Amino acid sequence: MGEEDYYLELCERPVHFEKANPVNCVFFDEANKQVFAVRSGGATGVVVKGPDDRNPISFRMEDKGEVKCIKFSLENKILAVQRTSKTVDFSNFIPDSSQLEYTQECKTKNANILGFCWTSSTEIVFITDQGIEFYQVLPEKRNLKLLKSQNINVNWYMYCPEGSVILLSTTVLGNVLQPFYFRAGTMSKLPKFEIELPAAPKSTKLSLSERDIAMATIYGQLYVLFLRHHSRTSNSAGAEVVLYHLPREGACKKMHILKLNRTGKFALNVVDNLVVVHHQDTETSVIFDIRLRGEFDGSVTLHHPVLPARSIQPYQIPAAGTREWPCVGGRGSRSRPDIIISASQGYLWNLQVKLQPIVNLLPDKGRLMDFLLQRKECKMVILSVCSQMLTESDRATLPVIATVFDKLNQEYKKYLDAEQSYTMAMEAGQSRSGPLLRRPVRTQAVVDQSDMYTHVLSVFTEKKETPHKFVIAVLMEYIRSLNQFQITVQHYLHELVIRTLVQHSLFSTLHQFLQYHVLSDSKPLACLLLSLESFYPPAHQLSLDMLKRLSTANDEIVEVLLSKHQVLAALRFIQGIGGHDNISARKFLDAAKQTEDHMLFYTIFRFFEQRNQRLRGNPSFTPEHCEEHVAFFKQVFGDQALMRPTTF
Amino acid sequence: EFFNLEFSNYAPWRAAQEKQFPPALLSFFIYNPRFGPREGEEENKILFYYPNEVEKNEKIRNVGLCEAIVQFTRTFSPSKPAKSLHTQKNRQFFNEPEENFWMVMVVRNPIIEKQSKDGKPVVEYQEEELLDKVYSSVLQQCYSMYKLFNGTFLRAMEDGGVKLLKERLEKFFHRYLQTLHLQSCDLLDIFGGISFFPLDKMTYLKIQSFINRMEESLSIVKYTAFLYNDQLIWSGLEQDDMRILYKYLTTSLFPRHIEPELAGRDSPIRAEMPGNLQHYGRFLTGPLNLNDPEAKCRFPKIFVNTDDTYEALHLIVYKAMSAAVCFMIDASIQPTLDFCRRLDSIVGPQLTVLASDICEQFNINKRISGSEKEPQFKFIYFNHMNLAEKSTVHMRKTPSVSLTSVHPDLMKILGDINSDFTRVDEDEEIIVKAMSDYWVVGKKSDQRELYVILNQKNANLIEVNEEVKKLCATQFNNIFFLD
Repeated sequence: MGEEDYYLELCERPVHFEKANPVNCVFFDEANKQVFAVRSGGATGVVVKGPDDRNPISFRMEDKGEVKCIKFSLENKILAVQRTSKTVDFSNFIPDSSQLEYTQECKTKNANILGFCWTSSTEIVFITDQGIEFYQVLPEKRNLKLLKSQNINVNWYMYCPEGSVILLSTTVLGNVLQPFYFRAGTMSKLPKFEIELPAAPKSTKLSLSERDIAMATIYGQLYVLFLRHHSRTSNSAGAEVVLYHLPREGACKKMHILKLNRTGKFALNVVDNLVVVHHQDTETSVIFDIRLRGEFDGSVTLHHPVLPARSIQPYQIPAAGTREWPCVGGRGSRSRPDIIISASQGYLWNLQVKLQPIVNLLPDKGRLMDFLLQRKECKMVILSVCSQMLTESDRATLPVIATVFDKLNQEYKKYLDAEQSYTMAMEAGQSRSGPLLRRPVRTQAVVDQSDMYTHVLSVFTEKKETPHKFVIAVLMEYIRSLNQFQITVQHYLHELVIRTLVQHSLFSTLHQFLQYHVLSDSKPLACLLLSLESFYPPAHQLSLDMLKRLSTANDEIVEVLLSKHQVLAALRFIQGIGGHDNISARKFLDAAKQTEDHMLFYTIFRFFEQRNQRLRGNPSFTPEHCEEHVAFFKQVFGDQALMRPTTF
Repeated sequence: EFFNLEFSNYAPWRAAQEKQFPPALLSFFIYNPRFGPREGEEENKILFYYPNEVEKNEKIRNVGLCEAIVQFTRTFSPSKPAKSLHTQKNRQFFNEPEENFWMVMVVRNPIIEKQSKDGKPVVEYQEEELLDKVYSSVLQQCYSMYKLFNGTFLRAMEDGGVKLLKERLEKFFHRYLQTLHLQSCDLLDIFGGISFFPLDKMTYLKIQSFINRMEESLSIVKYTAFLYNDQLIWSGLEQDDMRILYKYLTTSLFPRHIEPELAGRDSPIRAEMPGNLQHYGRFLTGPLNLNDPEAKCRFPKIFVNTDDTYEALHLIVYKAMSAAVCFMIDASIQPTLDFCRRLDSIVGPQLTVLASDICEQFNINKRISGSEKEPQFKFIYFNHMNLAEKSTVHMRKTPSVSLTSVHPDLMKILGDINSDFTRVDEDEEIIVKAMSDYWVVGKKSDQRELYVILNQKNANLIEVNEEVKKLCATQFNNIFFLD
């Protein structure tokens, strides 16, 4: 398998920690994404490492027994350690505050603490087998205040720090899940829901294991993921992952089913809004994207893997230098959003999706675009896909190219619209409008005209081997797509079309495009056309028409006409728009003289004499410096031909 | 409105006792003086002669006369020899489309037959009725049309000598001359323009996209042209080739297919072909029935770019509802029935959708621009630059007559104004008050010509001028047209 075939990889610089062994216990905190290596109960040292911070925190603590759970509060302010089933110990890590430990016992009598979760820097939730207790920690007083508690029988729990939601498994079978949502000192109970078990349970023992449940935020929404194993009684060909949407308000709803088509042991990750499912037996993984079109059966959408199953790219352990295949889902490693931990090896990786290899694995370009547009780091890959589909050796058909352009422009238009309504709201004064307006975020999926021009189209049009028919078809397809989404086409695209047409002497095509206003009017375009007149005479007319339509280019029209010695036409034009009082007589007389047509010169001269008379009460050109022309006039027609000032 | 129509073929609108005879084709011949330079071999010069029944010596005499006239006038104007010869009874038009190949058309002047006092009919030839430019253009068109379907005279000579050329001329003109309809020729024949279908940008881009896709999937297609309602939207051909092809399509091929369409005979939802998407596409040239395994895939051959690359092409015309596409493929490739079926299955459904899109968009645009009331005036517009032509004077082209809604006298005034315009290069404006109280205005601005006929008996010159300005402002506000 070539290097370019793996689409999943582990990050280059994993977090290394001391591997788990009888004297070293390893803990992972999903809220802060920290690994704790606790040696001899803390007596010989605790080392805390996170994926982002390269400076590990190390400290010692007294060995007061086996550590069951250890976690920092957010921002590493307070450390909580659970050593017994009834109590949790705290110590402050705030500078200049007492580091003496203080202890909190769970309030419910006879309850056992299953674990605890920090929901903020000073708020903590104890989960016991009989309910949950929500505390505020007061570090300076070194004690805790109970904010709220709830009694409920709990089999196991799960915490999703991104969504601040704790999920409790209740009832005998364990398949009724009770979510709680925490925010700023409040705890709210969300509607409980039941996970449908694959087959009617025969016994009354716990049937839903926490190993088969995960929580993750996908496309901004919180989902509970349930790994439903293959059951012999059902018809399904393999295991599947069922996604329950857990909204902030309203009931949880089953939305998506990911078909794994395999049986065995699995592990889950969620990376860049993709659900990654690892299969232990084959050491391969598949990915699912719930935004890609699936089969909707009326209530849920069925999804198949986006790509064929592949292993995670073999990694090299930096120190040892040996290449190994990552094994995911084995004992001791639990599913975390995008993290893979190997306690036995002492590594923590971020799982990453490589987009470039996917380009070749997804032959359907439309689907590929749908997929790429949802990814975080997509822009360069998208642009490379566009370039690739236009190269001669790998050329896509026009309908495919059109589909790709349409998908890009749909995303582009969405952003433009958001940007526009934001600007409008800002101008209207946002203070009065209710919700706080946020400037729309420009994600990498916004591929605009300048991106396309710079990275794709301008390069493409310069390739000699591409037939010009195809070049023009592609440019027109892009312009069509922009128009279809009502996006104003930038003039450099029009110029690119014109340059390409002119280069291949396709003047009649150019003429037709202009005739139907496919190339929008602009002064630069009109000037470009003027410059083409020597190759293609009709460009002159096209240019003049365009200037006329612009209605802001009257001076240019006069200049063009004068340069063509159409002095009378220029004068009639300026008179027609009522601008003849403000024009320079000199300019017109110059042009008329150049024609060497004396009668024309006479007409123009006389026209201005009359204008001067009307404006200044005198036919002379006094302030306009036309002495040379007056002299010429006298020379040709004689002194007496000059108009006499009329006096009243 | 319909009852006010006047046929331009000299309907009896004059005094009842007068009898009208429209202009008619007397003879039409093609010769090359180099082919029989010696005495006694004159017959060899003649390549085609209509009517063929004319006695040999008379043919030789007539050809010789033309030759002599051209030779004689050449001494006065070496670069521009005579174009026409006026006589009392007829008018002769000369054209040398290829070196030493001469085409001559002799048209009899219109005749008025009056009853004299003693009851005898008196024939009066109307010597000034025919416009030189109109009929010279008709003669040129004859050549262009011949060339479109046969290539140049020279090429025929190279391919098979005089014999082949004579065969081709005979085969082509024998039929073509029947369709000339000299009585209804007018200004539009001078222009030989193309009527463009007005369309919004988006729909136009969709059509572009359609054409590009078709040319991609039917890779042997070299050129494409797209028409809607007999008006051109896109052409991949050069202007002059498109101009004559357009003439053929709109005056010959399309009208021939209108009647079956109107009768609804082959509204062809082909339910009988399983797996075939429903569509309205069909071939106007080529196979009539794709289900017939014996169907002939013969397409007319046309010749384009004869001045340089000289390309021979098969002309495939395919139509769905009001949209027609011409696909032109290299003549060396013989399209098979399979190809035709493939074309039908690819083009048919898409063209059907596109045709209804265009129709819908056209109706929307019409509604936006407001219900167009029949204006007080009629006009003809022509742009030499892109051959765009627009006429509200002509009702509809049919293979037999061109219907105009104005009096032939007015049409003649338009022709006269056009002749005046041809004489000078500069922009001009001519206003004529016609005998029938109509005002006729001709304007020329750069490469554009506009002719307006106003039916305002009591209007004065200034008012007429104002009216025309208004017309320009509403109809031609998006072009640079000096007023």
